[in-house]
Parts: sequence; C-alpha cells; structure tokens
Amino acid sequence: MNASIGKPRALFDFHGGIHPPQNKTLSNQQPIRPAPIPTQLVLPLNMHLGAPAKAIVQVGDMVLKGEKIAEAQGAVSLPVHAPTSGKIVAIGPRPIQHPSGLDAPCIILEPDGKDQWCELHPLPDWRTCCAPGALVARLREAGIAGMGGAGFPASIKLSPKPEHKIDQLIINAVECEPYITADDVLMRERAEQIIGGVEILRHILKPNEAIVGIEDNKPEAIEAMRRAATGTGIEIAVVPTKYPSGGEKQLIYMLTGKEVPSGGIPAQIGVVCHNTGTTLAIYRAIVHGEPLISRITTLTGKALREPGNLEVLIGTPVSSLLEATGADLSQIGRLVMGGPMMGFTLHSTAIPVVKTSNCILAATAQELPAPATEQPCIRCGSCADVCPADLLPQQLYWYAKNQDLERAQQYNLMDCIECGACAYVCPSHIPLVQYYRFAKGEVRNALQEQQKADRARVRFEARQQRLADEQAEKEARRKARLEGSKPAATAGVDVAALKAASLQASAAYKAAVKALKAAEAEGSDQLATLASEVEQLKAKADAAKAAVRDAGNAPATPVVDVAALKAASLAASAEYKAAVKALKEAEAAGEDVSALRVAADALKAKADAAKAAVRDAGPATQAAAPAVTASADTATPEKPDDSAERAQKMKALKTAFNMSHKQFKEASAALEHAQRDGSDNLDELRKKVERFKLKADKAREALNLLVDQAKADIRASGSDLKSLKIEAAQTEAAARQKSRELEAAKINGDDQRINVLTRELEALKREAEVAAGALKAAIDEQGLADA
Amino acid sequence: MSLITVTSPHATGQRNHTGAFMRQVIYATIPGVMVLTWLFGWGTLFNLMIAIPAALLAEAAVLKARGRDVRFALSDWSAVVTAVLLAISIPPTSPWWLIVIGIIAAIVVAKQLYGGLGMNPFNPAMVGYVVLLISFPLEMTRWIAPHEAPSWFDSFRMVLASANVDAFTGATPLDSFRTWAGNAEQLASQPILHGKFASEGWEWVNLAFMLGGIYLLARKIITWHIPVGMLAGMAVIALPFWLVDDVRYASPLFHLFSGAAMFGAFFIATDPVSAATSRYGRLIYGALIGVLVWVIRSHGGYPDAVAFAVLLMNLAAPTIDYYTQPRSYGHRKAKRGASR
Repeated sequence: MNASIGKPRALFDFHGGIHPPQNKTLSNQQPIRPAPIPTQLVLPLNMHLGAPAKAIVQVGDMVLKGEKIAEAQGAVSLPVHAPTSGKIVAIGPRPIQHPSGLDAPCIILEPDGKDQWCELHPLPDWRTCCAPGALVARLREAGIAGMGGAGFPASIKLSPKPEHKIDQLIINAVECEPYITADDVLMRERAEQIIGGVEILRHILKPNEAIVGIEDNKPEAIEAMRRAATGTGIEIAVVPTKYPSGGEKQLIYMLTGKEVPSGGIPAQIGVVCHNTGTTLAIYRAIVHGEPLISRITTLTGKALREPGNLEVLIGTPVSSLLEATGADLSQIGRLVMGGPMMGFTLHSTAIPVVKTSNCILAATAQELPAPATEQPCIRCGSCADVCPADLLPQQLYWYAKNQDLERAQQYNLMDCIECGACAYVCPSHIPLVQYYRFAKGEVRNALQEQQKADRARVRFEARQQRLADEQAEKEARRKARLEGSKPAATAGVDVAALKAASLQASAAYKAAVKALKAAEAEGSDQLATLASEVEQLKAKADAAKAAVRDAGNAPATPVVDVAALKAASLAASAEYKAAVKALKEAEAAGEDVSALRVAADALKAKADAAKAAVRDAGPATQAAAPAVTASADTATPEKPDDSAERAQKMKALKTAFNMSHKQFKEASAALEHAQRDGSDNLDELRKKVERFKLKADKAREALNLLVDQAKADIRASGSDLKSLKIEAAQTEAAARQKSRELEAAKINGDDQRINVLTRELEALKREAEVAAGALKAAIDEQGLADA
Repeated sequence: MSLITVTSPHATGQRNHTGAFMRQVIYATIPGVMVLTWLFGWGTLFNLMIAIPAALLAEAAVLKARGRDVRFALSDWSAVVTAVLLAISIPPTSPWWLIVIGIIAAIVVAKQLYGGLGMNPFNPAMVGYVVLLISFPLEMTRWIAPHEAPSWFDSFRMVLASANVDAFTGATPLDSFRTWAGNAEQLASQPILHGKFASEGWEWVNLAFMLGGIYLLARKIITWHIPVGMLAGMAVIALPFWLVDDVRYASPLFHLFSGAAMFGAFFIATDPVSAATSRYGRLIYGALIGVLVWVIRSHGGYPDAVAFAVLLMNLAAPTIDYYTQPRSYGHRKAKRGASR
C-alpha cells in the first residue's frame, strides 16, 4: 500500500483461527468523544495483574487530578491515581468486573467538577535527560498497565532479564475481536503519539526491530500509522484478518515465526509485546507526565442508540456510559465487558471501567442469543481445525469432563489461551472454554495443594531434625556430666603399663614369699623382716592389680584385655595356693605361722578380686564387641549411635547386675554356713556380703535408669518402629530390585554393568541388614519398655 | 435488561448444529442412491423407507427407557443417518425384516447401549451390517445384476413379500473376480469385470458416492484425511501385487471403483465418533482401513471388506489418537503416547 516502506514482511500463518462477523462499523464511524464525568468514580485497588495497591488517602481528603491515591505494594503492583479532582468519600468494597461476582476494595472519589490537575513533571527531552531505567521507574509510578489484555504492569515487561536480549519490539494493534474499535480509532486520530510511544519503548529496550502489527480490516488506521512512522524505521506490518491473530503468542508467530515456549514468556525468545493503548499511555506518561487516568473504551452493541468510542476516566461506572450512549436498557440481552469472544458478562451496571476495559458490549438478545442446549460431542474435530494453539479440544473436553487432569495436561491443557474459537464452531453447542477453565483451575489447585504439602513436609522434617538435635545435645551434656563426676577420667591411663607394673609387683612379691619360705625352712632369725617385706610387696601388687582392674572396668576404655586379666587372676590364685602350701609346711614344722596365715589370706582375697575382675571384664567386652560394630554400621535415621550405645550399656549392666546378685547370694549362703559352723571369720564374710549387695544394688539402679530413658525415648519418637519397619521393607525391596537388574545384566553379559550392579547390590544388602538389625533392636527395646 | 452471567465466548457460529451436519451427510448420499436405483431398481428406496422409521422408533424407544429427552435427541438426525447408511449397504432385494434386524442391532446395541450419540466405539451402521452378513449370508450377498433392474412391483414383492428373487440376481464384480482369480481366460470373458473404466455398473455407483463425498468435503462436514488415506492405502498396496501378477490380483482402479470402496471412504470410515480424531491419526486410520480392505478382498473369506476393516480400525482408533497428538504451539515436538 505504501511503497516507501519497501517490500512487505514475510508473514507466518498460525494454525486454525475463525472469521466471526466483524461488527466493527457499528462503533468506528464516529471520532473519539469524551465521556461525561460521572457523579462518582469507583477506583479498584487492583486494576492490574499482581498485588493490589494500598490506599494512601483518607475519607474526606481532597485530591487533585493525577494525584497518587494508592501506592504499589511489591514488585508486581502499580499505584492508582485520581482521574479528576475531588473528594474521597469512601474506601471499601464495591462490585467490580470479576468472574466471581465478588466485591473488591475500591476508593470512591466524588468529582468537584473543576477537573484541576496536580503538578506534573513532563520529560519532553526524554532522549537525553534520563537513563532507560529512570524512564521505566517513571512508567511504574504512572501506573501503566497493559491495556489490551490482562493488565500486566508495563514496567516489568520493560525490564527484561539481562540474559534475554530483545530482538523485536512488537506493538499489538491487531484488535482481532469483533465489535472492538478502540485501538482502530486511536490509531486513526493519535498515530503520532503512538509512534512517539514506540520511540520511547525503543529507547528503553534497544531492539533490532520495532514492528506494529495491524489487521488488514483497518485501512484508515494503517494509513495514519504509516504516515506517522515515515522516517522512524518503525515497521507497520499488516496481518490478515483472522481471529485470534491479536493473541500475543499468535501475533509473535505471525510476525517473527518464533513461538513462545510453553509456560514461558516472550522475552525468552527476544520479543517484547505491547498494546497500542499502552504505548499511547507510555507516551503521555513520559512526554506530558500524565499518569494513566483515562482510556479509550468502545461502547457498542445494538442496544445502544449512539455507539462509539469514548475517552473514559478510569473508575467511571458502566451505568454512566450506557446513559451517555443512549442505551435502551430494556433491549440489553447481555452486557459484556471486553469482546464477544473473550469478554466477561457484567452482573451490575455499577461496575467501573478499569485500565483493561477496552469495550462495553450492550448486545440485544438477537445479537448474542442465549446459549443453546449442549449436545453430545461427536468428535467431528471442527474445534481441532480452528484451535490456534493446535490442541485437540475434543480430547481435552473429554478429559476435563471426566476430571482426568493428568491426561488433560498430557494433551497440553495449560497451553489453551481460552480464545473461544473451539466453542464458536462447536456444532454441539458445548461451552468448551468453560470446561477448560474449570480443568485449569483444578490443575492449579492440585499444584497448590502439592506445594502446600511439600512445604509442610519440609517444615515437619526441620522440626524432627531440631528435636533430634536437642536430644543429642541433651545426651551429650548428660554424658559429660557423668564423666565429669568420675575423678581422673581413666581415659588417659595406660592399661598396658599398669598391667606390666602389676605383674612386676606380683613377681617381686612371689620372690619375697619364696625367700620367706626358704628362711623359715632354714629357721632364720630374719623371719619378721622378711614377713614385713612380703606384706609390703603384697600391698604393692594389690594396688597395681586394682589399678589394672579399674582401668579395665572404666567405661571410656574401649577394649579390656581380658586375657591379661585372666593371666593375672591365675597368677594370683597360684600364689595363694603356694602360700597355703607354705603355711601348711610351716604348721607341720611347728613354727609360728600367724604371719604366713595373714599373708595367705591376703593372697586369697587378691586372687578372688582378680577372678572378679576377669568376670566383670569378660561379658562386658563380649557385649561391647557386637554392639560397637552394630553402632558403627547402623544407618538408621534416628540417633543410631545413641540407641546402639544404650543397648550395649544395658546389656553390660544386666550382666553386671546378674553377676553381683549371684555373688551376693553365694556370699550370703557362705555366711549362713559359717554362722552354723561357728566359724571365726564371720565379720569378713559379712563385709563381703555387704559389698556384693551394694554392687548389685548399684547395677540395678543404673539399669532401671537406662530402661526409663529408653521408655521415654520410645514414647517421644512415637512412629519410630513404624518408620524403621518401612525403612527395612524399602531397603529390602531395593535390594531385591537390584538383584533382578543384576540377573538381567548377567543375561545380557554386560561386564561393566554387572560389576557396578554387584557393588550396588552389596551396599544395598548391607543397608538392608542394618535396617533389619535396627528394627529388631527397636522391637526388643519396645518389648523391654512394655515389660 | 438481563444481566445473566455467561462465560465467553458469547458469539457462536452460524452454521453450527449437529442436526445440520447430519442432514448434509444425508443430502450427499442422493447421487449414490439415484445411481443404485437406476442400476438395481426400487429396492434401495424401499429399504430406505423401512429403515428410517424403524431407526427413529428404535431410538425413541431406547431413549424413553433411558429417561432421556426423546424429541431433543432425535433432533440430531443421527439415527436417520445410520438408517440411510445401512439401507444403502444391504442388497436392494432384501426382505423387509432384514433391514429391521439390522437397524435394531445398529441403533439399540451398537449405539444406545453404549450411551447414545458420541459414546459408541463402533460404527453403528457397520455393526448392523456385519450382524446381518454373518447371520443371513445368503440374503446379504444376493445382488441384482446391473441394468437388469426389476420393476417397482417386483421390487415391492421382493422386499415385502420375500418373493423369489433368483431370476434377477447375478454376481457382483468382486464376487466374479474372486471366483475367477488366476484364470485369465475367464477373467477376460466376464462382462461384469469390464465396464467403461472399471467394473460394469459399480463404477457408476462408486463415482456417484465420490461425488457426494466431494460435496461433504466442500461443505467441510468431513476432512480429506480419512478418505484420501483409505483410497491411497488401498491403491498403494494393490498396485505392486497387480503389477507382478495381474491375473491373481485386481488393478488399483478396479478396487477403487468396486463394491463399497467410495461409499466406505467418504461415508462410513469418516464417522467421526468412532474414527481417530487427530489429523495424522485420521490419515493413518484411513490408510490402514484401505490396506485391510484390500487384504480381506484379496485373501479373506468375503468378497467385500469395508465393514470388517472399519470395525477393526474402530478398535484401534483410541490407540492411534494416543500416538498422533499434533505439536501444540510452544512445544518443540509433539507428545507421543505417555511421554512427558
């Protein structure tokens, strides 16, 4: 059409699309006229996509035109400005255009009729004065939202991530929906300002190309735009009339051949897309400093006497506009905000025009008749033929109706743009889009539930971890206290050295005894001296043995040399036997044997003590050995070391208790026997009984304490057994699975894989064993607790 | 002013009504029915006159039993379409009770017992046809020799009074070829195998149904995928065998213009309810029907095979759909099966 533009752009045709009756001449034959200022303006705090704004005025405040009355909250949010000067008369819920029909918070402004501007800060020299970032901030402050569709804050689209290099800036002037002509007349009348807006956008985004896409049913607009764009390098691309070519994704494909990835945004493929009206608002916000307080809205439909395009203050109630266009209220069959394909029906005429309201369609019942009764789907495929997203609407319908959300998503439900082409052509009058909206809502709900559950799980796990940490800390403190109460923690004592000393001492003692015996045999006079020497050596050896025994019994000493203790014990008993023999010989020789008797008694006590030490050490180490290995291997999630350690301790204590109890019983029996016989060493026996009783009591006390603790722990970790069971079963199943895989690999003869699998299987088997062991231990513990 | 809340889209297309779709299919059969009547007499028209009321009655009875809105469901014309297709399929000499049994099998069993329109996994007309073919093989294979049409009175007697029809019957081209396949002399001497360009008489029947099919394509009632797929499948598999051994195997052209080839391709296989639904799926579905038709005609026990081939592929349609999703906008490749 215009030779100066050069050859027309190669266009790509998207799949599907429909050609509904245009009905555009109804409203695009007259110039834009201002709508009257209504008696009240209703300004919703959420006219954009994102977080609602927060009111910064009070009821009773006087505001000027353009003054900010609510400020943005959060990154995706926009402020609200007063569309005219007046008084704030209320802040509260009012009906707005929303599918739910629910009221939303609004600021109610009563105009004073003066329409007096606040102080503005225009930037006519925007090319030189400001960095792009400052301009974007200015646009955000001006409350610029996308005026064609969802009302996404323009400033966010203008701040692409650094990794998204913008190749194309596309201005969407297609306006493909029937009836709507707001962008058409805007381009006819204000093309220069729109091109000015594109220049600002180019300055901000620095794209390689700037393309304005216009449908070929708007020749006047195309002509005006081409004139305005002459010499700017901005391309005016004419696209064929086909609904929904004005869909962002469809337009991008038509002009560039690039597809916005499923679930992605245009910036990912280097495209930013803005609506014509938005571009004009951007121009006015920068060059004139005016915030977004008015827009062009098409008032159309056969129920209006004077349809046309009106420049409407944001917040103007629909009733006021119907009045201004001479609506015959009795004729209105359906009142739609937006177009006949994607608009929403209004449930009240008090609903205000917002930043995204491009059209008010007051249709008669003949224009938009009531929906026909839904018939069964015959899978004719007309819907699939017109779907611009190339979906299979007939399959989506089936799955949506059956609430088979998984299958619906498999058929790309979420890529549906809800354009309504499928429902438009459906011969069975099925409200397909409604089914998809429902299913999409269900999918989103399910996703939210999933996210909620995930968050709850993370919280729960964190809590479990905290409790476990606390318990571990408590346990550590308790241990530290216990060890602190034991003087001279035996950890540092060298048991081997002690043993050597002990053996040395006993050897010396033996030598002394031998000497004493020899002297006695010779009838030496140094008997007393020798005897006292033997006494001393014996005491020394005893002390050494006791040290060894203490060291051996010390809990912190991991390994007790039972063999050494046994050897010591044998040596002691041999000594005792030798001493007894010597005593007998001396008695036979008729000598004074009292000293020898004392020595022999002492040796007996020593031998006994040594035996007891062996007995103490033996079971303890035997118990300790498996327990230690178990605790090292255990990989159970809940304090494995603690429970294993406790089990080991419990076993040792039980053994100790049993032993000392038995000894106590034996000693008591011996005491009784001695009393009956009238023996003279009753005192000693009594002492022995006392000692064993004390020992048994102590062991019992410790054991009880431990059992109580175990009980408390089991109570605290309620599901312990269950989780252990699950764990055991899981690891076992995993091991089985792996062994099957191994079998398969063996059949295939893949050596490398067999090796890997064998190793994995071994690890899994070990894990399974450990889990089973832990489960068994836990069951034992539980049994103990129950007993 | 009514402020009803309705979800978008508010505008709906002009031509869209299931009943209108169905009526277009009926209109498209007119050329074929005319040729059948010209060649074989009034029998087809009598069949139609019995089949349509029988179908409406059967459908109404089951709808009533199912507690559905009878008038609303009948207004979709689907029962009439089934009746028309079945009446065209059976020989014009059939006694009246044959078509009634076929209609009951088609409407009551194959359609309504599965849940009515849109829910039937098998093509109802073809279920009715196969039930008749298996139950009454004699009556179902008794076709009149072309151009020897009985008078309307003889036709009337054959249909209503089950009069002796042997005087009029003759082998169809497919029968003939089956009988004499491998015998070059006999094949050359059978007049029924040598019409103007394919088989005698039946070439005109097929041409007429092709004409009707083109009308359906032009009115966008059906898409080209299934007919083209089926006819191409048939021709492509028939060609090499015919080239190698033209005494054993019939030519592609003979296959395309014999028996129910065109009627099957444009009117039977295109039943949207029981066919595959995606574009590629329909191509595959049609092609496989074509191949099956040739296989059964050449090697099976029946002279024609459209009904069996269509029913077999009805079974496969959901699986075909599962693997032939189109590539949706914004997806790098089409989803196949259960891939994610």
